[in-house]
Amino acid sequence: MPVTTIDGHRIHVDEEGFLTSYDEWSPELAERLAAQIGVTLTDAHWKALTFLRQDYARQGETATLRRVSTQGGIPVKELFTLFPKKPAKKMAYIAGLPKPHGCV
Amino acid sequence: MRRLLVLGAGTAGTMVVNKLRRRLNRDQWRITVVEERDRHFYQPGFLFLPFRRYAPKQVSKPTERLLDDSVELIRGQIWQVDAAHDRVVLSDGCELPYDYLVIATGVRPRPDQTPGMLDGGQWRRSIFDFYTYDGAVALAPALDRFDGGRLVVHITDMPIKCPVAPLEFAFLADDFLRRRGLRDRVDLTYATPLPGAFTKPIAAARLGSMLDERKIAVEPDFLVERVDGHKLVSYDEREIPFDLLVTVPLNVGAEFVARSGLGDELNLVPVDRHTLLATGYDNIFALGDANDIPTSKAGSVAHFAAEVFTANFVEHAAGRPMTGSFDGHANCFVESGHGKGLLIDFNYDTEPLPGTYPVPGLGPFRLLRETAVNHWGKLAFRWMYWHLLLPGRPVPLPAHMSMAGKNRPEE
Repeated sequence: MPVTTIDGHRIHVDEEGFLTSYDEWSPELAERLAAQIGVTLTDAHWKALTFLRQDYARQGETATLRRVSTQGGIPVKELFTLFPKKPAKKMAYIAGLPKPHGCV
Repeated sequence: MRRLLVLGAGTAGTMVVNKLRRRLNRDQWRITVVEERDRHFYQPGFLFLPFRRYAPKQVSKPTERLLDDSVELIRGQIWQVDAAHDRVVLSDGCELPYDYLVIATGVRPRPDQTPGMLDGGQWRRSIFDFYTYDGAVALAPALDRFDGGRLVVHITDMPIKCPVAPLEFAFLADDFLRRRGLRDRVDLTYATPLPGAFTKPIAAARLGSMLDERKIAVEPDFLVERVDGHKLVSYDEREIPFDLLVTVPLNVGAEFVARSGLGDELNLVPVDRHTLLATGYDNIFALGDANDIPTSKAGSVAHFAAEVFTANFVEHAAGRPMTGSFDGHANCFVESGHGKGLLIDFNYDTEPLPGTYPVPGLGPFRLLRETAVNHWGKLAFRWMYWHLLLPGRPVPLPAHMSMAGKNRPEE
């Protein structure tokens, strides 16, 4: 498993740069990860990221957009505004969670 | 008398009651199944109905005839599971107590969940689904009438029953249009919410070219927000116009699951992915498409999972630990048109790989490769389904995925 260093912190990531260890994430790291993909975090972003982190801790799976919308109370349209083009992937990346997976 | 209550007599429910009827003592166990419909459908056959490769009568049988004689069948609509009191309430007020409950009510397409899809005036006129019997039958004359323009094959959101079926539909549509000399007059587009037609890397590399060869355009990461007349509109405001839309609506579990507080945001029952025991319960299982396990919603998964579940259930009911562990095993024939097909075999941890199945080196089926034998395998499967799988007879295929016969290509 590759290891990368951001701001002096060594973190484990997969081939696409998604964190593989839940506890290596921090809010400061999220800011850096967001900046890397052109997202500036606001309170609205943090609401989504916080839900994603908490939901993952309960479920053991990265929440889908529909789950963030129905359980987290953030409309899908808004998620597309906050994390343009690929919100599911971008949210997971910034929240330090595994990439949502497909099945075929 | 101990009571096992099974909700749903679809693929998973039927297999499980028939299997358990052989394993559980008839003097000690009463097995009851609740099913609303009086006909059981062979759902993989729906793919062939629009192209008139199957006649409607080949894909359904009366539900009652498929169940062991000593299984009690109740025709009724399920209103709620009252888990606190171990009973199920039907819409007519009838109450069914249970010692053990199996929820096998699957998922169903919900076009009403996408604005403009069902209520925009085009449903079953220029918008069709083929995941229902009625939809697949209605699509046949629409395809006959179609003489050119924009044909869009579309997936609303994941998970869906049989994730490869939309691809198969696109391949078969290409074949169908070529045979009729219409292919040059049709723009064929495959719109998916996933990053590509296939997402697992080896399958994507092996199969991605099949869409290119057929000049089927792929619109990836397309999450539909609404249907606007003859256009699909995504959340990021892309538009895909169509003359004929073949869509897979959102797949959602049964309403009673939500009403009973047993479901997630898609009314799927959260379960332990290895034992299928519902999270937080000791006497409720969810099988087949009704649960939330992270593998394909497909009959093969229901079958392999049912094999593991049956043995586990006997142990569990006897107060012993469940020793079986379901690995997410799935295999699917992928019909590719021109009388050929592929086969994929995978589980929770192993992506589809090339090789042979089920006998290493011999097959006769080829994994991730188009062959005529795979196509014949798919057609022969209908017989297996009616005569071996549903009656719960032993099938000489291991429930767990095997690496024998598989090979991982060099990087």
